[in-house]
Amino acid sequence: MSGKTLYDKLWDAHVVRQEEDGTALIYIDRQLLHEVTSPQAFEGLRLAHRKPWRVDANLATPDHNVPTTDLSGGVDSIVDPISRIQVQTLGMNTKEFGITEFGMGDPRQGIVHVVGPEEGATLPGMTVVCGDSHTATHGALGALAHGIGTSEVEHVMATQCLIQKKMKNMLIKVDGELQPGVGPKDVVLAVIGVIGTAGGNGCAIEFGGQVFRDMSIEGRMTVCNMAIEAGARVGLVAVDEKTIDYVKGRPFAPKEDQWEAAVAAWQDLKSDDDAVFDKVIEIDGSKIEPQVSWGTSPEMVLDVNGKVPNPANESDPVKAGGIERALKYMGLEADMPVSEIPVDYVFIGSCTNSRIEDLRAAAEVLKGKKVASTVEQALAVPGSGLVKMQAEKEGLDKIFIEAGFEWRNPGCSMCLAMNADKLPSGKHCASTSNRNFEGRQGAGGRTHLVSPQMAAAAAVAGHFVDVRDYL
Amino acid sequence: MDKFIKMTAIVAPMDRANVDTDAIIPKQFLKSIKRSGFGPNLFDEWRYEDVGEPGQDCSNRPLRKDFVLNQPRYQGAKILLARENFGCGSSREHAPWALKDYGFDVVIAPSFADIFFNNSFKNGILPIVLDDKTVDDLFKEVFAEEGYQLTVDLEAQKLVKPNGDSIDFEVDSFRRHCLLNGLDDIGLTLQHEDEIKAYEANRKKNAPWLFGA
Repeated sequence: MSGKTLYDKLWDAHVVRQEEDGTALIYIDRQLLHEVTSPQAFEGLRLAHRKPWRVDANLATPDHNVPTTDLSGGVDSIVDPISRIQVQTLGMNTKEFGITEFGMGDPRQGIVHVVGPEEGATLPGMTVVCGDSHTATHGALGALAHGIGTSEVEHVMATQCLIQKKMKNMLIKVDGELQPGVGPKDVVLAVIGVIGTAGGNGCAIEFGGQVFRDMSIEGRMTVCNMAIEAGARVGLVAVDEKTIDYVKGRPFAPKEDQWEAAVAAWQDLKSDDDAVFDKVIEIDGSKIEPQVSWGTSPEMVLDVNGKVPNPANESDPVKAGGIERALKYMGLEADMPVSEIPVDYVFIGSCTNSRIEDLRAAAEVLKGKKVASTVEQALAVPGSGLVKMQAEKEGLDKIFIEAGFEWRNPGCSMCLAMNADKLPSGKHCASTSNRNFEGRQGAGGRTHLVSPQMAAAAAVAGHFVDVRDYL
Repeated sequence: MDKFIKMTAIVAPMDRANVDTDAIIPKQFLKSIKRSGFGPNLFDEWRYEDVGEPGQDCSNRPLRKDFVLNQPRYQGAKILLARENFGCGSSREHAPWALKDYGFDVVIAPSFADIFFNNSFKNGILPIVLDDKTVDDLFKEVFAEEGYQLTVDLEAQKLVKPNGDSIDFEVDSFRRHCLLNGLDDIGLTLQHEDEIKAYEANRKKNAPWLFGA
């Protein structure tokens, strides 16, 4: 019998019961909650007179709606009354049911996928769920993390279980060494460019190979975060010494008396050498170039030195139609070089790229430089209050501000523009976020997905440039 | 949840691939703390000329006449015919809530994004996967014939065309059972309460660091 993949091991360890058709109940160790996808779940519990199965398995923080400007007024500083009600509702619900919340004004508040690992609230070997598709982020720690819908949020609160069928195993193996100036975001965008936005549908993706072994834990989070942009609900990286070092000493991590036992249990969280994957994709990491998305789907991505595609060269009529529609929406001409795309806005933030290493990488490019005069707004939005404090301790805030960036408070911000940070119609944004769908950053807005370094370089140049010329 | 057994309705064609959940229900409408009322904002940016805001009366907003759901021939449609990877993007259940609230009970496509697919069943929407060729043929037939209707028979797992031809479709047996009987997942899972407790006791013994705090 062949060995098990990491996904097989995590799955097997959490099956409570399995039906003949493969439908299983899997036990959930941690649920993260935010204000957008939880209110209807709490309401459902209340209407059915149900209580959470295990209060201590839940942790909440508001992120999508919070303003990134002045927060001194707490929840009352939210001007939009509908956003304010949603954030207040999370506060009332968590209080009513006894769930821990890092609310506005708490330095631990931030984007749920930044907060979880930062607090040690998501750990290797756990099953993690959250009503947010970017929950795959936590797979960077060797946890089985699923993005779920609101009905499932309610189901997990009421039963501590998720109804799930086992997915297929997919391995994305990237070997070789990355070129200087090429980072985790470029790797994952290049992967999506290769396999497409539906390439991972029905699969749990494990990211393996030298590139991911060499990558920091935060870099692995950036990669796993975007597994969903490749269609996969789950992204995973095997546990190694870096994972264990990362987790050690965090507030929710196992304490001294349990630490050794936990570390021993985590040693096996990797695929066996003879494990069999249903699909394997191999990519040469040394050939990956800095990436820029040009269109309205994350698979519409190019090397920075590439040219925007021409629908005339596409034989599949559905795809050609997609390219034509995207060109029109994005206001681009077929065959134009990526470097000629102007940049009006710059957004450095989101659950993909708002951790301290992301801010350091961007600051390294910005140091001693100025944002181009044609750039109308450049935002730097740390992922949590603690990331912000750390950045300020290192003086990164000054580098951003001196370059002409606005240094903001933590939240999802312009990644999806549910708060006041919106990309105006027709404007091009170099964004470190994860989705370039039509209207994602604001109705009519034109998103280009890039790494933090590429966003910083684009801010300085006023158009897309190869960051390697800036290092 | 209402039972889903058999229905016949007009089919509306959404002829583009990778329709994402931001398109199905734009972010500004996610601020609601309710499950209902999303129908008027389904496909808001494609459907209306102006930018929609939550809580607005949509009945007087200017419509984009070329958008499929604004065409008179597709009024009353309850079946949406779509292309590959329908529902990709975020996990927002507001997407199936909006489709259901508008009146769609069935979405047919060559493939669906995983989370959307799951969320649909939990809201009484049946997502049906058919091969590319069959979907392509259905698009041609829908475009060719005004008032084109399909009968969806979940019990028999068949689609019946206006000319009487039928197409078999697959559906997960557990999901089919839940839809046919209008069952609530939580109630079903809680029937296994003892097994969950037994698993949990064991987990607490083997991984005590995951409990408390």
